[in-house]
Amino acid sequence: MPAKKPTKKLPAAIVGPGHIGTDLLAKLRRSDLIDVRHVVGVVESTGLAAARELGIATSTGGVDWLLAQDPPPRIVFEATSAKAHAANAPRYAAAGIQAVDLTPAHLGPMVCPPVNLGEHVDAPNISMITCGGQATIPVVHAVSRVTPVPYAEIVASVSSRSAGPGTRANIDEFTRTTGRAVAEVGGADRGKAIIILNPVEPPMIMRDTVFCMIGADADREAVSRSVHEVVAEVRRYVPGYTLRAEPQFDDPRPSWRDATGAQCARVAVFLEVAGNGDHLPRYAGNLDIMTAAAARVGELIAARRLDAPVRTGREVSA
Amino acid sequence: MTRPPLAHDVRIVDTTLRDGSHAMAHRFTETQVRDTVRALDRAGVEVIEVTHGDGLGGSSFNYGFSHTDEMTLIAAAREEAARARIAVLLVPGIGTVDDLRRARDAGADVVRVATHCTEADVSPQHFAAARELGMETVGFLMMAHRTSPEDLAKQARIMVDAGCQVPYVTDSAGALLMHEARARFEALVAEVGDEAWVGYHGHQNLSFGVANSVIAHEVGVRYVDGSLCALGAGAGNSPTEVLAAVFDRLGIGTGLDVMALLHAAEEVVRPYLTRWPKLDRNAIVQGWAGVYSSFLLHAEAAAERYGVPAHAILRRCGELGLVGGQEDMIIDVALQLAGSTAPRVS
Repeated sequence: MPAKKPTKKLPAAIVGPGHIGTDLLAKLRRSDLIDVRHVVGVVESTGLAAARELGIATSTGGVDWLLAQDPPPRIVFEATSAKAHAANAPRYAAAGIQAVDLTPAHLGPMVCPPVNLGEHVDAPNISMITCGGQATIPVVHAVSRVTPVPYAEIVASVSSRSAGPGTRANIDEFTRTTGRAVAEVGGADRGKAIIILNPVEPPMIMRDTVFCMIGADADREAVSRSVHEVVAEVRRYVPGYTLRAEPQFDDPRPSWRDATGAQCARVAVFLEVAGNGDHLPRYAGNLDIMTAAAARVGELIAARRLDAPVRTGREVSA
Repeated sequence: MTRPPLAHDVRIVDTTLRDGSHAMAHRFTETQVRDTVRALDRAGVEVIEVTHGDGLGGSSFNYGFSHTDEMTLIAAAREEAARARIAVLLVPGIGTVDDLRRARDAGADVVRVATHCTEADVSPQHFAAARELGMETVGFLMMAHRTSPEDLAKQARIMVDAGCQVPYVTDSAGALLMHEARARFEALVAEVGDEAWVGYHGHQNLSFGVANSVIAHEVGVRYVDGSLCALGAGAGNSPTEVLAAVFDRLGIGTGLDVMALLHAAEEVVRPYLTRWPKLDRNAIVQGWAGVYSSFLLHAEAAAERYGVPAHAILRRCGELGLVGGQEDMIIDVALQLAGSTAPRVS
């Protein structure tokens, strides 16, 4: 057998082998830069069994077991719960392991890959915000980088089947965190987020609407161009991320006012987010965009650590 | 958890200043709220709901911005009400517990937590917070026509177990025919027994709001919603003044002064109406196709903006199974029907 060309990959682990962790594993298995060597949980599960089938070392020993491995991973993707991540994060930090956090713990900077990963690529802990945040913040950023956005509002509609018990028990966490991130990461002065669960069968594909308040004389062509550019950027890691229609501009109205009281115009962007159908179903674009964005973050971190170029194509999800 | 004591055979809850907010495009002024609360309070209404139409935090691009901040309106209502208690609506996913605390501070006594009829498990967080704040708790199972009586009862159980004292059959689309409404009332009353009261919130899109309210009382429902002049989404709500007159004729005690309510409707509310909700084509389509009543004004606006008929937009919303809160999708539907804006490939 010819010797396999040695490729340098960053050793990684996934903590939390549920549906999110399992889908993330499928995406990272396609990476040239990330090598998932460990998948850990705290109880035996189909996710752990599936990882074992792929020849990956697994354990129900949790983070204790993971940190005892030699060599330990350099990057950990955590898909457990906010509580578990809050307990685990200091241990990763002490061991010098970078953490990509898919839970709602939000301990580190909130990162949306096409917007601000460059600023935080060395952060010891990176928060992936929320599904609605990953789907909409790129568009808020696309608008705010060409014209001031006094206020941005996002509406995320997801299929009931794709909203798990954690999300349901603490839906306020979604609205608060996403609203904050729309402003802080997206670049709007103020942000608001709305989430709707729809039980229709067959399940609806994730839909997101982004409304940005813009000046009456904002350059609409430039806004539209910028939105198209960022959509193309997100499509590199979520191929099913598409515009339903051209950005829609509405002229100023008396009830649309910025903090100074000036009447403002509005741009509305309508998005559909179909997943890649790796482990999660295609309609669950809300879950897919989290795992795809986390994989993207991992790849860009790995490229930096390994001093390797990142291909600009669909290196992860396609 | 105990259900609240009832002063009369049935408790009529007035939602002119909440559901009516839809028909007013959320432009209520403080003066209108003060005048309406004073008139309702004098007529003996025990619970008056005051909030943005889409609940706390509803002021937005998606639903329409409030003319006056809802906390200001809630506080004004509290000041004017000598006897009545003030209720607020909270739709999880739109409003949060933070908004609820502010509403409590502004003087709200009752919260009505609203979820789609199959999604009650997003509400326990809000019921728990409401109970901590010492508020009376009501649960709205919206679009109740979209699930079976049995499943609706299971969802009511989730709410009651989470601390809800009054789960409601909420006919957001005004779509429930009389036998369908009755089956849902009976299922909920059987499920909650004496742990909670059952409520009914009707819309007039198929003109059954008042008739269904009578059936509701017959089978044990004890909270019934109305609005003065039917002011509400779609073809409006069961008119409070008609409910009072009908229950009076039936000899069912509501504690309401019919003449005072007729005065409130005629002299206080009618003069400020920007539209009197009516059974026009669009509103009937909502009841017929089972479309969330609040979509009406948004569909009319999208129809004008994109040159497609509002009734066609609404029918498509029904076919797509859109639920309350998805007002943004109305624009999307209009764009698709207009068919002129296929995006360039990104």
